[in-house]
Amino acid sequence: MLTHPETSREKVELYEENKDFEVRSLDAMCVNESHLEHNWVHRLKYLVVGILFGIVLVKSEVASWFRVQEMFRLQSFHMYGVIGSAVLTGMIAVWLIKKLNIKTIYGEKIEIYPKKFNKGQIFGGLLFGLGWAMTGACPGPLYAQVGLGFSVVLFTLFSAVVGTWVYGKFRDKLPH
Amino acid sequence: MIETFKQPWPWYVAGPLIGATVPLLLILGNKSFGISSSLRHICAACAPANISFFRYNWKKELWNLYFVAGVVVGGFLAGKFLSNPYAIDLNPSLVSELAQYGINDFSQLIPIQLFNWKSLLSWRGFLLMGAGGFLVGFGTRYAGGCTSGHSITGLSILQWPSLIATICFMIGGFIMANFILPLILSL
Repeated sequence: MLTHPETSREKVELYEENKDFEVRSLDAMCVNESHLEHNWVHRLKYLVVGILFGIVLVKSEVASWFRVQEMFRLQSFHMYGVIGSAVLTGMIAVWLIKKLNIKTIYGEKIEIYPKKFNKGQIFGGLLFGLGWAMTGACPGPLYAQVGLGFSVVLFTLFSAVVGTWVYGKFRDKLPH
Repeated sequence: MIETFKQPWPWYVAGPLIGATVPLLLILGNKSFGISSSLRHICAACAPANISFFRYNWKKELWNLYFVAGVVVGGFLAGKFLSNPYAIDLNPSLVSELAQYGINDFSQLIPIQLFNWKSLLSWRGFLLMGAGGFLVGFGTRYAGGCTSGHSITGLSILQWPSLIATICFMIGGFIMANFILPLILSL
């Protein structure tokens, strides 16, 4: 039986797209995404959310090396309060989104995918914890510190990119 | 009014605002809040080196790079227009502990005596920024997320693997801050 050339090309494209989605979703927290194509102007809204987030990180002193040290020495409630109330807010909001079947601003259904357990969450989690207490910043605050004008944090950020790259390189050899 | 904004924001203001990022990004375009992924997209964009983990269409994740660019801008704006003129108010036992290592400048959000270009040439500075940064990048990707992806987003959507990851973040941090960091700071 002859396959229609158009159909087979579509199949190849679909396969490529699925494969791409598969690779991108490796070790990602969630794989939900919009299926709509947008130009760059639509992405500016994420820039705005990022700006607000960056301001909060600085003003709440979450982006402070000192506050992180206090947290890991149980010397202050501040960081626990921030993380705890952030999680509680997120939980209630996600519950409401599901309950009220809230759609995106483009009318798409909001999809939330579960996360599978693997040993990386233990080994990687411990390694990240060590790094967090050294740099006194998780990735978000690193970006905010660069914005604050601490240019040397660019080196920390560069080291983090190198760390990510090395993980990607040796991913197959690591226990998961 | 502006004076109130310049004060450090209490946890019960900052926490809900950070938590609100999760539904906001979902409603704006089905995006799940996570920051460490941006490091992976940078690898995919700049040095994929034929590694399958980095061979994907990173342009589909551009929104994430816009978001982190926003965080840089937000940090700049907060520092420029909303900065707190007073030194950070710390627990006295942390102040005296850090004094042992010659850290007594609390005027900035980070100890500028540790984090500066010159200190990169010392073991202490190089370990904190070079090795520390490496562990942040390697560990977050190995764990599949950082504080935002696992601790905030993952716990918000009730994922138990994220709870395990968060507990491990805290264990790692406790070990470093209490047992290893004192050795590094003494260098």
